[in-house]
Amino acid sequence: MTATAATIPLPDECLLRPGNTNCGGCGMSIGLTMLGRALAEADDTCTLVIPACCGIVTAGAFPTTSYGVPTIATTFASSAAMASGVASIRDLNDEPGQVICWAGDGGTYDIGLATLSAAAERNENIIYICYDNEIYGNTGGQRSSATPAGARTTTTPWGKTQDKKDIMSIMAAHRIPYAATLSIAHPDDFARKITTALETYGMRFLLLHSPCPTGWKSEPEDSVELVRLAVASSLFPVYEIYDGTTYRINVEPDEADPAEYFQRQRRFKNEEIDLRATRRACSDRMQRLQALAERYPPDS
Amino acid sequence: MSVQIVTGNHAAGYALSVAGEANRTARGVACGIYPITPQTEIVEYVAKFPFSKGRVVPVESEHSAMAVSMGASASGARAFTASSANGLAYMAENIMVAGYYRLPIVMVAVNRTLGPPWNIWADQGDTLMLRDFAWLQFYCENNQEVLDTTLLAFRLAEDRRILMPVLVCMDAFIVSHTQTETTLPEQTEVDRYLPDLDLPHRMRSDEARTLGGLAWPNEGLAQRLEIDEAMKRVPGVYRDCRKSFTETFGRDPGDVIQTFATDDAEIVLVASGSMATTVREVVRKRREEGEKIGLVKIKMFRPFPEAALREACQSATHLAVLDRNYAAGAGGVFWQDTRAAFQGHRDDVLIQNYLTGLCGGDVTPAVIDDILADITSRSAAGDPVWMGIETGEETRQ
Repeated sequence: MTATAATIPLPDECLLRPGNTNCGGCGMSIGLTMLGRALAEADDTCTLVIPACCGIVTAGAFPTTSYGVPTIATTFASSAAMASGVASIRDLNDEPGQVICWAGDGGTYDIGLATLSAAAERNENIIYICYDNEIYGNTGGQRSSATPAGARTTTTPWGKTQDKKDIMSIMAAHRIPYAATLSIAHPDDFARKITTALETYGMRFLLLHSPCPTGWKSEPEDSVELVRLAVASSLFPVYEIYDGTTYRINVEPDEADPAEYFQRQRRFKNEEIDLRATRRACSDRMQRLQALAERYPPDS
Repeated sequence: MSVQIVTGNHAAGYALSVAGEANRTARGVACGIYPITPQTEIVEYVAKFPFSKGRVVPVESEHSAMAVSMGASASGARAFTASSANGLAYMAENIMVAGYYRLPIVMVAVNRTLGPPWNIWADQGDTLMLRDFAWLQFYCENNQEVLDTTLLAFRLAEDRRILMPVLVCMDAFIVSHTQTETTLPEQTEVDRYLPDLDLPHRMRSDEARTLGGLAWPNEGLAQRLEIDEAMKRVPGVYRDCRKSFTETFGRDPGDVIQTFATDDAEIVLVASGSMATTVREVVRKRREEGEKIGLVKIKMFRPFPEAALREACQSATHLAVLDRNYAAGAGGVFWQDTRAAFQGHRDDVLIQNYLTGLCGGDVTPAVIDDILADITSRSAAGDPVWMGIETGEETRQ
């Protein structure tokens, strides 16, 4: 760990600066650090456009900020539209750097979906990253349409009865140039996808599975292991979609049993999870993706 | 400069476009647009304008239209949009944000009745609903005033002493869809009037600042106080903008309060928007008959020009405030602010409210005559009086 610590850049060069007040084990924070490193590696930079979510609370109180790049807060439903304006002026002035929306699942799957859909349909030249912690975390843990079935939240006190919305299929249906899922348990894949996104023009959508120990009622030190289990068991497959048609699976699941994923989070009560149905759903999910990946083989 | 027969919407679309084009030598222009009757012609005009350095983004809602314009403005470009009625209500959250971000966005609003019941005709309730935001508000009487005020609005909004968005309003159909002779300035003249925008707090790639994050009470309070101070500077800065407008275009865009025959007037009718034209004609006619009546047109509603209004009504004993709007449970909005302006300064003035022309009703000379008959007979002010409602034997002709 000492070697890793020594490579952390100086505070004013970081995307997410040390000293922020985010929770321990926060997947969003790890994601921001990985994003920052990928940008630095590519010698690229960005402007962050952040709606109401933990991401904007991360900045801290005026006049200080935890973000090492220009950042603008937007209203909950507006990030993709605000980013469209920012990117328009960047492009009109031939300026470098990415315009990146950094939004939670509430601002993406729910209140901001129409705005996101419209920006995707216009193929705006922006990167939209949804850190999906499957909950309204900033308000203390209410259901979103990204919350998986069975999860207890303060607004689904007996467990959510509906399945998680398939946002990747929705984005693929927009035929955007690039869409991909990210996992902090697979940092090399994460970094490569950021590089791919940086090299692509138009709307790029990245979905980050973001553990939230506060909302998931899990141990902070389990965060990376939990999302690794989600990938291994096909609960959260790691894949990418080019132009909405060309699918590629990036991490082959090892058919791990999803049971452990549920057991290590107190948001799930064992008796509310139909493990047999979940295993079948995981298998179906992977088979569908494999069929899509087979049907549309990548060019290279 | 050319005189053309155009609608109020055309005048607004033209003004927004040439103002945006004037920033081509700086960071350009961008805006989000979304149609709504009776504003649609404005965004159609903007959408087909051949900007040298600009982008018009046709979005999926009013809320996003303002968000795109805010993103452009925060990036240092000139930005504007237009809306109306329920569109403004849907956009309201982002309208509020644009003010608190101190972004010099200009929005043209066509005043239309808020539904339900669904009604596309004139009523000021839609923009007056936004009165407490950090926006300047102007109400225009005719097409030329729409064009002139829209151009002036950019200069005013972008002045470093102000840095606040401006709303320019016109009545639905009466102004928006009526063609009148309007003088359209050349691009070169507008270029002279509107200097390159250099927004001091715009996002810059080499500055890691967060715009719009959290603030503790003291910092939040300080930002509100700065808005209050900027609002107090508006009358003075407006004078400067008006003077340079007159010098550039050879035409006076008019003062924030405009008077007609008020010098020795005992009864003053206080009006705004297109109905001021009708009131002026009634006053002109009855002045010839020796009646000491006058008109005060309120052009600028935010900040409310209290001192100028009092000064314009020095000889008045009676004020009849005409409101084409109704704040439920509280009467007309212009009346409330007029009363507040006189309280403690001139408590001897009788200030009576007349609600007229709401939901697109016509404010005819006969209605003005009825108002004058009512206020002349009064020894004390009462509840707001609803005018022009056809009910049984009280049916007005």
